[in-house]
Amino acid sequence: MGKNNMSLRGRNVLGLEDFSKEEIRLVLETAKEMKNIIHRDIKKVPALRGKSIVNLFYEPSTRTRTSFELAGKYLGADVVNITASTSSIVKGESLRDTLYTVEAMGVDAIVMRHKAEGAAAYASRVVAPVIVNAGDGAHAHPSQGLLDLFTIEQHKGHLEGLKVAILGDILHSRVARSDIQGMRKMGMEVHLAGPKTLLPRFLFQEPGIFVHERIEEAMEAADVINVLRIQLERQKAGLFPSMREYARVFGVNEKRLSLAKKDVLVLHPGPMNKGLEIAPDVAYGDHSAIQEQVQNGVAIRMAILTLILTGGRKDAVD
Amino acid sequence: MLLIKGGRVIDPKNRMDEVADVFIEGGKIKEIGKDLKADGAKIVDAKGKIVTPGLIDMHVHFREPGQEAKEDFLSGSKAAAAGGFTTVATMPNTKPVVDTAALVRSMKERADSVGIIHVEIIGALTKGQKGEELAELGDMVQEGAVAFSDDGHFDDSAKVFMNGLDYLHTFDKVIISHEEETSLVEEGVMNEGHRSAMLGIKGRPTVAEDIAVARDVLLAEYTGGRVHVAHISSGRSVELVREAKKRGVRVTAEVTPQHLTMTDELVNPYDSCTKINPPLREQKDVDAVLAGLLDGTIDAIVTDHSPHAQEEKDREYIYAPSGFPGLETSLGILLTDLYHKGKAELPLLISKMTWEPAKIFGLDAGTLSVGSPADVAIIDTEFAWTVDDKEFYTRGTHSPFVGRRLKGKAVMTIVDGTIVMQDGKVMDDTTLS
Repeated sequence: MGKNNMSLRGRNVLGLEDFSKEEIRLVLETAKEMKNIIHRDIKKVPALRGKSIVNLFYEPSTRTRTSFELAGKYLGADVVNITASTSSIVKGESLRDTLYTVEAMGVDAIVMRHKAEGAAAYASRVVAPVIVNAGDGAHAHPSQGLLDLFTIEQHKGHLEGLKVAILGDILHSRVARSDIQGMRKMGMEVHLAGPKTLLPRFLFQEPGIFVHERIEEAMEAADVINVLRIQLERQKAGLFPSMREYARVFGVNEKRLSLAKKDVLVLHPGPMNKGLEIAPDVAYGDHSAIQEQVQNGVAIRMAILTLILTGGRKDAVD
Repeated sequence: MLLIKGGRVIDPKNRMDEVADVFIEGGKIKEIGKDLKADGAKIVDAKGKIVTPGLIDMHVHFREPGQEAKEDFLSGSKAAAAGGFTTVATMPNTKPVVDTAALVRSMKERADSVGIIHVEIIGALTKGQKGEELAELGDMVQEGAVAFSDDGHFDDSAKVFMNGLDYLHTFDKVIISHEEETSLVEEGVMNEGHRSAMLGIKGRPTVAEDIAVARDVLLAEYTGGRVHVAHISSGRSVELVREAKKRGVRVTAEVTPQHLTMTDELVNPYDSCTKINPPLREQKDVDAVLAGLLDGTIDAIVTDHSPHAQEEKDREYIYAPSGFPGLETSLGILLTDLYHKGKAELPLLISKMTWEPAKIFGLDAGTLSVGSPADVAIIDTEFAWTVDDKEFYTRGTHSPFVGRRLKGKAVMTIVDGTIVMQDGKVMDDTTLS
């Protein structure tokens, strides 16, 4: 679909604000094919044979890093992980110099996670390999945004016109920002809710975004509910009074879930604080697609890597 | 002897704006009039150009002592001369902090030995700029400190600030206050607004500035002391200063070219050149500070010249230090974005960069009155140029103005009757006439 006249080859994946609706569509369609590969007995295709990818992680991460690593390996690429604790980063090397070093080793793509907003964009201006942003501070996590879209579409059959509620710590969430960018591009209605201390003060100015202070309002007749992780340090920073109160006032439980549509889909980017932002019976209930998101994450990352490193030649995938 | 012929002479103190000749002798303004003649004087043709008092920047960071990789007195003075400035006042947040008379004296001596322009010294209000105990203010006044400031951050203790106002009342010196309530800006690196919300970057809200300005204005009113609001950026703060001035509070304010012309929409987190404190605000604030400049609420234009070493600025936005150099771009930006666009008249802009800051500090400068020191800038308002950091005299390279095409520039700077800059080239020891 559209592959003949559109290519993402050589494109940096920094945030979904840089991608058109058609480009997002291309990634989602490619991910469908990739998901089939994951289900094969022998999960290896030569699409990225001879390509090398470095996972440059300045923040701890298990699921995103592993997901990118497996995605690269299923496609035949050589994947190396560099984490802050094991590298010269702890010796005070600048980001520029670390990037130069990685580039000099001849890598084709750098998958990067960093605490600083804009770090991936900075990297894309410093070195030649394509940069995939695996999370830059509270700014963006584009592969998560794409896998959320993919998961929703697999269940609902379409995206346009769906009402999505994103709940919790919007202020500090790169997942929320990438979801917002992606969902608005795909014609979805985005409702944000959480304690006012965790809501960005000026997001309501964006068209297609609705901000609520009560999660019940956002959940009303929602097709999809995405529950964000609450970082425990937010309570210590004084942004809400206690865990107990958060769970009681802002936690997603079965009772509140009944406000949404009957066939509501529940997402969570993980890792979950069960009993805090999400009740266990919701997390493991019939509406939950949380486990599936993890598998879809691998498929989406396979699609991203294939498209930016090869342009997505069909022969390389089959 | 120097005879500047045929320029449009703008001297705000004397409400002068006419074509005239300026005769300089013995380092002083000797005479201003039509068709002056002086045998043996060097003639400077200023036809079609503007002749003004040398520009004054009452807020610069020259980084010496302690951070010479960013700037020192020589590189900073050259940058000033290149920008048409003949007097600057340096902020005390050096290493060590300038908080004793001995340091003020050594800074003055160092400034004199460099000697390209006049450098005035601002002392710290509190010891180590820690906001706890007053520094030896009277002692520093006696060594020539022109004002006091803990610039770089707000003094959280209202009591300490009030003591400073009371104590300095005796010496009639002003406190320059960095107006951002600390707890509201601790982690912020850009304006809190729509742009920061979309970028996920922690913000520094305008209300942090407004709270600080409100407190300082109230304390100035209560004590009768003098407060000068540093680099005002919030529209609400401009209103607070305007209202206070109407009530007779002894408050003055300054603004930078960047806060007059740029918004937070220009912030891109891959390039720290837009990172400053207080941050670039929204258009409504830019409009409000311009209105404040025009109606007299804001007294002075300053650069807040804050150079940093290349490697310090060239990094992740949130980790990069705040500030960028401004001395060499200030006039060009103001002429291009305000004067040529019809937003501000030349005499007003010149006044805010000469006589008004001179008054606040009580300097014998900022005017072309006969008998005054012959500090003069000659400005070509039509000179087209492109900002190129490779041509900067300052050591700071990261400026958001790099690459901008500007119209207007100082083409000559004269200090005490000596030409220190001509056509963008600053004279050094060997070429100084």
